[in-house]
Amino acid sequence: MRFLFKTDYEDDIRLFPHSGYVVSYGVLFALLLAAPFVLSSYLMSQLVFVCIYATVGVALLILTGFTGQASLGHAAFLAIGAYTAAYLQQFGVPFPVYFLAAGLLTGVTGAMVGFPALRLQGIYLVIATISFAFIVEEILARWESVTNGNEGMRVKTLYLFGHAVPRDSAAFYFLCLAMLVLTIVGTLNLLRSPTGRAFVAIRDSETAARSMGINVSLYKVKSFAISAGITGLAGCLFAHKLSFISPEMFTLQLSIEFIIVILIGGTFSLHGAVLGAIFIVMIDPFLTYLKDDMPGVIGGMAAALGAGKERAAHIQDSAAAFASLNGLKGAIYGIIIILFVLFEPLGLYGRWLKIRLYFQLFPLYKRATFKRQKIYVKSERNR
Amino acid sequence: MSYFRAENISLHFGGLKAVDGVSFAVEKGEILSIIGPNGAGKSTIFNLISRIYRPTSGKIFFEDQDITEEPPYDIARRGIARTFQNIELFENATVLSNLLVGRHRHCTTQLWQELLFLPRVRANEKAHRRRVEQVIEFLDLEPYRDKLIAGLPYGVRKVIELARALCSEPKLILLDEPSSGLNVEETDDMSFWIRDMRSELGITVLMVEHDMLLVSRVSDRVIALNSGRVLAMGTPGEVQQHPDVVAAYLGA
Repeated sequence: MRFLFKTDYEDDIRLFPHSGYVVSYGVLFALLLAAPFVLSSYLMSQLVFVCIYATVGVALLILTGFTGQASLGHAAFLAIGAYTAAYLQQFGVPFPVYFLAAGLLTGVTGAMVGFPALRLQGIYLVIATISFAFIVEEILARWESVTNGNEGMRVKTLYLFGHAVPRDSAAFYFLCLAMLVLTIVGTLNLLRSPTGRAFVAIRDSETAARSMGINVSLYKVKSFAISAGITGLAGCLFAHKLSFISPEMFTLQLSIEFIIVILIGGTFSLHGAVLGAIFIVMIDPFLTYLKDDMPGVIGGMAAALGAGKERAAHIQDSAAAFASLNGLKGAIYGIIIILFVLFEPLGLYGRWLKIRLYFQLFPLYKRATFKRQKIYVKSERNR
Repeated sequence: MSYFRAENISLHFGGLKAVDGVSFAVEKGEILSIIGPNGAGKSTIFNLISRIYRPTSGKIFFEDQDITEEPPYDIARRGIARTFQNIELFENATVLSNLLVGRHRHCTTQLWQELLFLPRVRANEKAHRRRVEQVIEFLDLEPYRDKLIAGLPYGVRKVIELARALCSEPKLILLDEPSSGLNVEETDDMSFWIRDMRSELGITVLMVEHDMLLVSRVSDRVIALNSGRVLAMGTPGEVQQHPDVVAAYLGA
């Protein structure tokens, strides 16, 4: 075990508390930089999605995890970012300009959503953000002169300073990685400054926050704006990655996926957003694999267990029919959320902390260490 | 002119007169206690001052300025800090970050500076931490500095709330039942701290308290309330002897 002796206020402020962090994050960063030269193009593509989802996850953490304001409208923010980028790109606007414009416009929209949300708490806020997401979805489908309606928009290849950056190139991956890393560093900076503490104060007790001189309304709007703005930036790169966007990509399901990202990762740390993003991006091919291969495996097992040829074929067909049921994916997501909330409320990152502590204290680990630290997304309690 | 003045303040919930035309003044450097039976309107007066409620009528002045219409965060920015009867701490944060929130009224950095964590932000952070450490030392909170609030006992939380209020370097502090839930020794500590707050930090204290021993030990003056009205005002001895106060507590 390592004991830290703090001799300076700097010890509490710095991002890496000790050299161990520098080494482990340095190695991680080096691996991420080396990834394009090692991994297959399929995995690289997945990694790009992890970066984008993790960026949105960090944005959602600022709003939900740290300020305590739930949102099921982040797919809409992502859509606004994506469409802003796609629209401006048509007129030959250079990438840095429309990238920032996507963030800015989405941030302003977020602030506008934040104002009515000031009067809403908990479940009512969730409903309000869902309504916002539906409104945006509808606008995207109907405002054909700008969004091309349900036909969708084609997003051309990204050009950065005159160089083409195709969506499956290593350069595009580095762009997404840079966005994620800058977002995380910015958020960490925010969290160790007065604004971040004000966010956490609002989450835990609005009354006390007010009596300490925090303008609760202003900071809630700020939180909405920052969260939406980052999501808008991610939306710009998301559009480039997909190269084609249409309204049905930004549905409630996507918003729920973002909630899963932070719930499963863990709502108390930025690590959670990244772990959750990896989880959500990797579960999709896994589910596809199950859907395609599982019926065959089940049929094979049935045959091996002595079922007749006809019976085995029947079982295989039923399994295939079950696997292709509509909404099965949503049901699986739902079950995953329920299981995590019940058995691992601290999320994947919490699990990692427990495993790490187990080995650090071996053989003295006690489960009670994590028992009392309940984490909750503030809903009904604060008045 | 008095340092802090409440003029004829009332708060009516429909027909219920929680506070009914109360007037009082606090002098600079004074310790003034408000006593009264349950439901007398003591905490409600605090909530009126810190603008959790808006007075139905009446005016509140602080340093000769009318603060009746100001939003709650501006009350705090003027230098009026408070504690709560049923502790309102930030549960899922450490003691240190709770206290740093107390520094909020002195925070001057802009959002964009914080995103980049410019040297100015870093310097300010260090300055805030230095002030917080002074309060931690003043209230003997060293053992709890990095603990989460969620796991701490009631008595300690009570002190942390006081510490958070002190971190804002207030001119006037409102203490809502500082000794409730504390044992005899902790109450003793509290009475020393309240007096030190005035003598060492120069803070004016307005407090609501039930413990008459603590009240008579620290207060310069006492106001007795019942059913939202002032019964008596004077030194602790005078108020305790006042026939209306005796009647309110013991029944006529």
